[in-house]
Amino acid sequence: MATQARRLPLPTLAGRLPGYVMPAIAFLLVALLVVWLGVNLYKTPSEFYGLFLIGLTNGAIYGLVALGYSLVYGILELINFAHGDVFMLGGMLVATMVSSFGLAGDSGAFLWAMILFMLVIVMAFCAVINTTIELVAYRRLRHAPRLAPLITAIGMSFILQNVGLVWKGARPTSVDSILPRGEVFSIGGVAYTWDKMIVLLFTVPVLVVLVLLVQRTRQGKAMRATAQDRDASAMMGINVNRTISFTFFIAGALAGAAGLLYALYITNIRYDEGFRLGLIAFTAAVVGGIGNLPGAVLGGLLIAMIESFNNGLGWATPGSDWTQSIIFGLLIIILVFRPEGLLGEQTPEGG
Amino acid sequence: MQIPLLPAERRAEFDAGLRHRAIRGGIAVVAGIVLVTIFSGFTVSLIVAALVALALYAVPWDLLRFGRFVVPAAAIILAILYPYYRDDLFQIPLFGVFPSTDTAVTMTIFIMMAIGLNIVVGYAGLLDLGYVAFYAMGAYTAAWFATPHFSEYGTHHIGSVGVSPESPGFHVSIWLVVLMAGLFTAIVGVIIGLPTLRLRGDYLAIVTLGFGEIMPQIARNGDDLFGTGFNLTNGAQGINPIDPPGFGNAISSATGLPSDYLSFNADFLGKELGNIEVFYWTALALLLFTVFCSVRLRDSRLGRAWVAIREDETAAAAMGVPLMRTKTWAYAAGAFFGGIAGAYYASFKGAVFPDDFFFNISVFILCMVILGGMGNVWGVIVGGGFLAYLNQEGLGNIGAEINETFGTNIDVPLYQFGIFGVILVLVMLFKPEGLIPSARRKAEFQEGVSDEPLYDVQR
Repeated sequence: MATQARRLPLPTLAGRLPGYVMPAIAFLLVALLVVWLGVNLYKTPSEFYGLFLIGLTNGAIYGLVALGYSLVYGILELINFAHGDVFMLGGMLVATMVSSFGLAGDSGAFLWAMILFMLVIVMAFCAVINTTIELVAYRRLRHAPRLAPLITAIGMSFILQNVGLVWKGARPTSVDSILPRGEVFSIGGVAYTWDKMIVLLFTVPVLVVLVLLVQRTRQGKAMRATAQDRDASAMMGINVNRTISFTFFIAGALAGAAGLLYALYITNIRYDEGFRLGLIAFTAAVVGGIGNLPGAVLGGLLIAMIESFNNGLGWATPGSDWTQSIIFGLLIIILVFRPEGLLGEQTPEGG
Repeated sequence: MQIPLLPAERRAEFDAGLRHRAIRGGIAVVAGIVLVTIFSGFTVSLIVAALVALALYAVPWDLLRFGRFVVPAAAIILAILYPYYRDDLFQIPLFGVFPSTDTAVTMTIFIMMAIGLNIVVGYAGLLDLGYVAFYAMGAYTAAWFATPHFSEYGTHHIGSVGVSPESPGFHVSIWLVVLMAGLFTAIVGVIIGLPTLRLRGDYLAIVTLGFGEIMPQIARNGDDLFGTGFNLTNGAQGINPIDPPGFGNAISSATGLPSDYLSFNADFLGKELGNIEVFYWTALALLLFTVFCSVRLRDSRLGRAWVAIREDETAAAAMGVPLMRTKTWAYAAGAFFGGIAGAYYASFKGAVFPDDFFFNISVFILCMVILGGMGNVWGVIVGGGFLAYLNQEGLGNIGAEINETFGTNIDVPLYQFGIFGVILVLVMLFKPEGLIPSARRKAEFQEGVSDEPLYDVQR
C-alpha cells in the first residue's frame, strides 16, 4: 500500500558507496547465513527440522501482528506502538474464555465451533479497542507534528500493558491446552503437529482475504487512496475519517486473531509480552517493507526463523541470550541500508 | 518612593504588574494555606513558604535591572539550603512529606538526564527512544574505571579516594570518571548517530529504540562476551562496589572539602552532615553546570540551527544549515549529559545492574521532557523533578494515603508506568507544549508546522 507518487532518489548511505559494494556485502551475508544453516542441517538434521517448523508457526503469528503495523503505517505513517498490547489483551480474553467455557478436554466439532466463536469474539474485541485508540489518542493529533501521535502511541501502549497487569496480574496467565497435538506428518523424524498446522490454516486465508479486501473492494480502494494522499481523497468524496477507522478496525481484528492463535499455541500470556512481540512484529514489517502486505508476512517468517534457529541450533550460534540483539541489529541494518525493506518501495523516512 | 534598579519610565508598568500579580498570587497562596491546613495540619513553615512563593511571584522582577536573575538565584539558594529546612516543612495533602535528601539526589540526577534528552528531543526535534543506552554507558564507565572489576589487569590508582591503595583493578578519581563517561558516551552518540540520523521521524525513533534494547542485553550477557570468556559487565550480578567521589586528603586538609564522600561526617551551621548531603550538593553543582551549558547551547549558533531543523528541515537545509553535522552535535551533546549523570548516579548508588537500563527508563525520561515542556529547560526541570519524585517516593506515599483512606490494598507503585502512560497521553492531547512551554514550541504545536520530509514531492 506504499504510496505511488513520484519521488526524487534518496541519498542513502548505500548511495555514497560504489555500486558494487552493497550487493557484495549482501551476498556475503547471505552466503554466511547459508553456510551456517547448511552446517547445522548437516550436523543435527532433526533439530534443524524441528526449529524450522517452530519458526514457520511463530512466523505466521508475527506476520499477522506485523500486518496490523503495516496497514496502519501505510495509511497514517504512524507506528502504532499500542498494537502489540492490543494483541496481548486479545490473548488474555482468550485465556479467560477458554477457562470460563471449560474447553479443556473437549474435542471434535464442538471444540472447533467454540474456537471459531472465540475467534469472532476476540477479533471484534481487539478491533473495537484499536478503533477506540485511534479515536481517542490519534485523531486529534492528525495535524500536529509527527512526534505527537508517536508519543501518545507509546503512552497508550503503557496504559494497555497496565490494563493487562490489573486484569491478570504480573505472573504469566496459563491457557488450557485445547488444540489437538497429534501428528500430521513428519520430516526427518520430527513430527509436524496439528496445533502448528492450525496456526497456518488460520493465517493463510486471513492473508488472502486481506489482500483481496485491499485490492479488490471499494473500501480497499478508499484505503489505498487515503494512504496516497489524504487531502486529494477527501476531495474525491472519500470519507477519510471512516477509512482510517476502518483500517484500525481491520488491524485490530488481525491482532485479535493473532492473540487467539498465540494464546492457544503457546498456552500462556503475560502483560508485557505484547510489547515485546509487538517490537519483533514491527521489525518484521520493516524488514518486509512497511506498507507492503505480503512483505509483512515474509518479514514475520524471516524474523521467526532467525529467532528459532538462533535459540535452538548448536554450531556457531550466539544463543537465545542474544536473540533480541540480533533482531534489533537486523532492524537497524535494514533501516540504515535499505529503509524501504526487502519488498517495499522507497519511503521518505529513508532520506 | 524610588525603587532601586528600576528605570523611572517603567514605574507604572511595575505597579500595575505588582497589583495584578499580588491579587492573583495572594488568592492562590491563601487557597493553598487553607487546603494544606484542612488536610494536613498547620505549621509555621507553611506561612514562610507561602510568603517566599508570593514574593517571588508577585513582584515583576523582570522589570528591574538584574531582576531576571532573582528567581533563578532564589531557586538555587533554596535548593542548596534544602537539607537544612526539609525536616521543618509542612506536609502536602495526598503527597505526604517533602522528598528526603536521598530522593533529592536521585531527582537531581534524573533532571540532568532529562535536560540532556531535551537537547535531542526538545531543541533538535529528534525523538530518541533509547536514551537509557547513554545512561547505561555512563554508569558502566564508572563501573569499569572505579571498581576492582578489571582486577586481572593490574592495579592502577589515579586520584582514587576511599579505597585501599592495594585494591586491584582500575581506580580513577570519580571526577575524572564522570568526565570520561561524558566524552565516551558523546563519542558513542556520534557513532550511533552518523548512520542513523539520516533517517527521519519514526524511523529514527525505532532505531534508537533498537539501540536502547540491545544495550541492556549486552549488559546482561556481557560476563562472557561472545563466548570469549571476556567479562565486560559481570552479567546480571552487576558490578560493585564503585568508589565514592572525594577530593583526597591533601585538598581536604587545605580546604575542608570532604576527602571521601562515603565516610564524610561533619557538623556545619548547626546541622550534622552525612554523605547524602554532600552527594546532594555535588549533584546540584553538576545540574547547574548542565543547565548552564544547555541554556548557552540553546542561544548559540548551534542551538538556533537545531531549532531551525526542528521547525523545517527543508528550509534549514536551504539556508545552509548542515543537517547531518547539526543533528550529530545534538546527539553528542545529549549523550554527554546522559553519560555524566549515569556515571555520577552509579557512584552514588555504589553499583550498576543491567536491570536498571530498560526501555521503560527511556520512556520515563521522555515523559519528564514532555510533561515539563519540550525545549524549555525550566519546564524540564519541573517535570523531571516531579516525575522522579513520584517514582522514588511520591507514588508510594500516595498509595499509602489512598489505602489508608479507603481501606483498599492497591499497590500504586506497581502501576507507575501505566500512570506515566496516562500522563503522556493527556499531556499530548490537551497541552502538547507541556506545563511550562517555551513560547516557540507552543506556537509550533498549536499552529502546526510543515513536517513534510525533504525529497518528497507530494504534499
